[in-house]
Amino acid sequence: MAATKEYAAAPPAAAVPAIPRHQVMAFAVMIAFFAAAPFFVYPLFMMKALCFALFACAFNLLLGYVGLLSFGHAAFLGSAGYVSAHAAKVWGAPPEAAILVGTAAAAGLGAVVGYLSIRSKGIYFANITLAFAQMIYFFCVQTPFTHGEDGIQAVPRGMMFGLLDLRGTLTIYYVVLAVFLVGFLLVYRAIHSPFGQVLKAIRENEPRAVSLGYTADHYKLIAFVISATLAGLAGGTKSLVFQLASLTDVHWTMSGEVVLMTLLGGMGTVFGPVVGALIMVTLEHYLAQLGSWVTIIQGAIFVVCVLTFRRGVVGELARLLKKPL
Amino acid sequence: MNRTLLITLAAALALAANPAQAQISDGVIKIGVLNDQAGPYADLAGPGSVVAARMAVEDFGAAKKGMKVEIISADHQNKADVGSSIARQWYDAEKVDLIVDVPNSAIALAINQIAREKGKAFIVATAATSDLTGKACSPNTIHWTYDTWSLANGTGQAIVKTGGDTWFFLTADYAFGHALERDVEAVVVKNGGKVLGKVRHPFPTADFSSFLLQAQASKAKIIGLANAGTDTTNAIKQGAEFGIVRSGQQFAGLLVFLTDIHALGLQAAQGLVLTESFYWDLNDQTRAWSTRFAERHRGSKPTMVQAGVYSAVLHYLKAVEALKSDDGPKVIAKMKEMPTDDPAFGKGVVRADGRKIHPMYLFEVKKPSESKGAWDYYKLRATIPANEAFRPVDQGDCPLVKK
Amino acid sequence: MTSIFGVPTQALFGQLLVGLINGSFYAMLSLGLSVIFGLLNIINFAHGALYMMGAFVAYFCLQWAGLGYWWALLIAPIVVGAVGIVLERTMLKRLYHLDHLYGLLLTFGVALVIQGAFRNQFGSSGFPYASPAQLTGGYNLGFMFLPTYRAWVVVFSLGTCLVTWYVIERTKLGSYLRAATENPALVQAFGINVPRMITLTYGFGVGLAALAGVLAAPIYQVNPLMGADLIIVVFAVVVIGGMGSIMGSIVTGFTLGVVEGLTKVFYPEASNTVIFVIMAIVLLVKPTGLFGREK
Repeated sequence: MAATKEYAAAPPAAAVPAIPRHQVMAFAVMIAFFAAAPFFVYPLFMMKALCFALFACAFNLLLGYVGLLSFGHAAFLGSAGYVSAHAAKVWGAPPEAAILVGTAAAAGLGAVVGYLSIRSKGIYFANITLAFAQMIYFFCVQTPFTHGEDGIQAVPRGMMFGLLDLRGTLTIYYVVLAVFLVGFLLVYRAIHSPFGQVLKAIRENEPRAVSLGYTADHYKLIAFVISATLAGLAGGTKSLVFQLASLTDVHWTMSGEVVLMTLLGGMGTVFGPVVGALIMVTLEHYLAQLGSWVTIIQGAIFVVCVLTFRRGVVGELARLLKKPL
Repeated sequence: MNRTLLITLAAALALAANPAQAQISDGVIKIGVLNDQAGPYADLAGPGSVVAARMAVEDFGAAKKGMKVEIISADHQNKADVGSSIARQWYDAEKVDLIVDVPNSAIALAINQIAREKGKAFIVATAATSDLTGKACSPNTIHWTYDTWSLANGTGQAIVKTGGDTWFFLTADYAFGHALERDVEAVVVKNGGKVLGKVRHPFPTADFSSFLLQAQASKAKIIGLANAGTDTTNAIKQGAEFGIVRSGQQFAGLLVFLTDIHALGLQAAQGLVLTESFYWDLNDQTRAWSTRFAERHRGSKPTMVQAGVYSAVLHYLKAVEALKSDDGPKVIAKMKEMPTDDPAFGKGVVRADGRKIHPMYLFEVKKPSESKGAWDYYKLRATIPANEAFRPVDQGDCPLVKK
Repeated sequence: MTSIFGVPTQALFGQLLVGLINGSFYAMLSLGLSVIFGLLNIINFAHGALYMMGAFVAYFCLQWAGLGYWWALLIAPIVVGAVGIVLERTMLKRLYHLDHLYGLLLTFGVALVIQGAFRNQFGSSGFPYASPAQLTGGYNLGFMFLPTYRAWVVVFSLGTCLVTWYVIERTKLGSYLRAATENPALVQAFGINVPRMITLTYGFGVGLAALAGVLAAPIYQVNPLMGADLIIVVFAVVVIGGMGSIMGSIVTGFTLGVVEGLTKVFYPEASNTVIFVIMAIVLLVKPTGLFGREK
């Protein structure tokens, strides 16, 4: 996206910097918050927030750091969910295998969709990813293993590594937290590495990066696949948490939601998507009684964010503190 | 006698005599009415079901008996994930003891599972799939009002016997539609009819034109609508547009509610044959109850599922009172023990597989000239006695039934 | 009765005709989107919601003012077009200097607000709307019974599309619009009020959507979600036709409706997906669309 001035300042590009202290502190705060949360808040709700936070982080890698708006990311979330659910329920796979199979499916899908889409830019990229996502959605509606409108229900949670009984709420909560942290750190590592530096170079000025000898398309594709894979990780975990895989997770409105989470939290920031996901999940949960008000408020947040709040919550915070978050 | 002993005895007696509260979880019987409040099933259940539930609590006299009963409600938007999240949240965090209503068979099946896991009670008054008392039967669940088997047995059989022997199905593509299509097809074939084709339409669908064309091309005498709510009414209206009835085919509304006829109007719906388990104008008791309901619900007479919610909640409360506990499977077991009796369905019984038994009625929609006013839509064609109306208890593959 | 590839011709022609009718809506909606993108470089995600508003205005005209269908055809585009103009003036204007994707996100948000508000107020099962008395009944074509109203839809949308194409591609006003997109500063220097032209164009595009909504009311019934899933298909049509190409959208809209109808006969499960498959193929082979020009 061309409006790069809108992002929070990136760390100096001279060398790959050591992890800044304030980011370590923010990370510690985040871990402390999530570790303590299940004792104060309904754990299922927090697990939903964690899964969506991972989804948003994965999406942010593509949007915030590569500058590619994929309007079909729900395809990876949802199809991984279906594959994991099927693996756990029909093949009787233990939870770690089920999640991994789902993640692998998303990675494969990401590779195919990415390969076909990466040459398009801007609007066309958004449109083509949307088209592929719709194809995947209708495939999910038709194909028998997903059971269409009913979804895959009663997905067993099983015993993780043969030791941890995931039916216990606290047990599964900390497993989900661990999965989230793995994904989060992976994204962090991808960004703060030579690979991440090249991505930033491509985002800022692709022709120049190409002239320097970097095959921009390869880098973008790799980033796309990483993003799709982690979205799949979120989806696979989510289907085990809720013991359900349904069409909602592959529908294009879900793709819209993750865009909103990332925009609201702060595109191109490390912690932005987590904050954005938390806010959106909370909003949906507490306003669920009010039915359609959730959609109205989501739309209003979109409008406000695009018009006046483009940096998002964490982006604005970073600007105030004059440090990247 | 020793004074201390007397006092201790008196105190013990007082504690023992404390009504129900001792074993009711948190001292409150919390009932959640979960249904579709704004979508295709909003009129046949929706807010009306909540009214019916509250009437049941009042008629039971909870206040006078010192029992605290709370009713909450939510909209599942016909989405499996929304419905199961709400159910989980209700059972886990909000201490709901009973979930009732739930149109949409897919969601009902999901909650059936959740209720079993959490040891709570679940009464399905609105969803249709006969699997709830078949393969998916559970000691925590009772299926009230009707099911796809009883509809097939009523409407399906009646139509085939009067000459409608070739069928084409227009099916809502989810658990309910599939179950209804399966059960009606079995009846059609058993009575010597043939199914010439079927097409599954997304749920919900606004435009049936391409599906209706396929139905026309099949030349089947009967186009079976294995769907409900606005899908059924849209299909019938558009069928009129495309001249379906004019060219000699007939619609069979396999699941039709009073509110659907109200939306269609008698001009479009006249002659439609349907099966229901309740109609406001059946007898004096139903008339009296329905008038009270209409006063609280915008003058609309109750549908069979709203009556079902009333009947189910009333029986549940009676069972809780008798058992002095709201423990899920125990109350369900008690409900199976006690015969039912209420002004909507009269006397009935709940079977071992969780199936509530009562007569089913075959109705025909009146011609506009035969109707005396709003809601006067049905004439009674036949009554199917309770013991014949539902699938025999040993034919459902329900593991709760000992063979 | 003859058969083509094992399918009776009766069924084939019937579905083709239904496909043509659906194609009319695709064409009209993608026309509006194309006009807006071609001349303003805005991707109007709110198009579906505005189409829905058009249908609702028709419904209200009948309910509150007793004004029938023919009045609605006039009133709805004006009312909804006015809403569009307000939208453009207050919000879209501020995004012109930014990446196009922000425009997409803003209109997406607007769509959510509009759809949510209507769903909140009116539920999601919708209201019936009868076709006008002059257009009830139908013709027995032998292979199917064609309701008059649906024939009207095809004729009217074809007419509207051709008139729009003519105005934009063949008249002076149209040439000003096209020039203003290519080089707004220069055209402004010639004394033409470019911002006003842009606003009016957006209003026009939105008005087209509302018109399609009125056309749709008797067929699809008036409900708050009627535009939501349609908009994605229309996007695909616009991309295939070439974003910004008026003729491209018209031709593609009708053609894809027919293709969808054909798919329903031979391979019904794929009928929802075929448009997206075509879009993916077209984008891979000719990224600017079939009739599109490089921007």
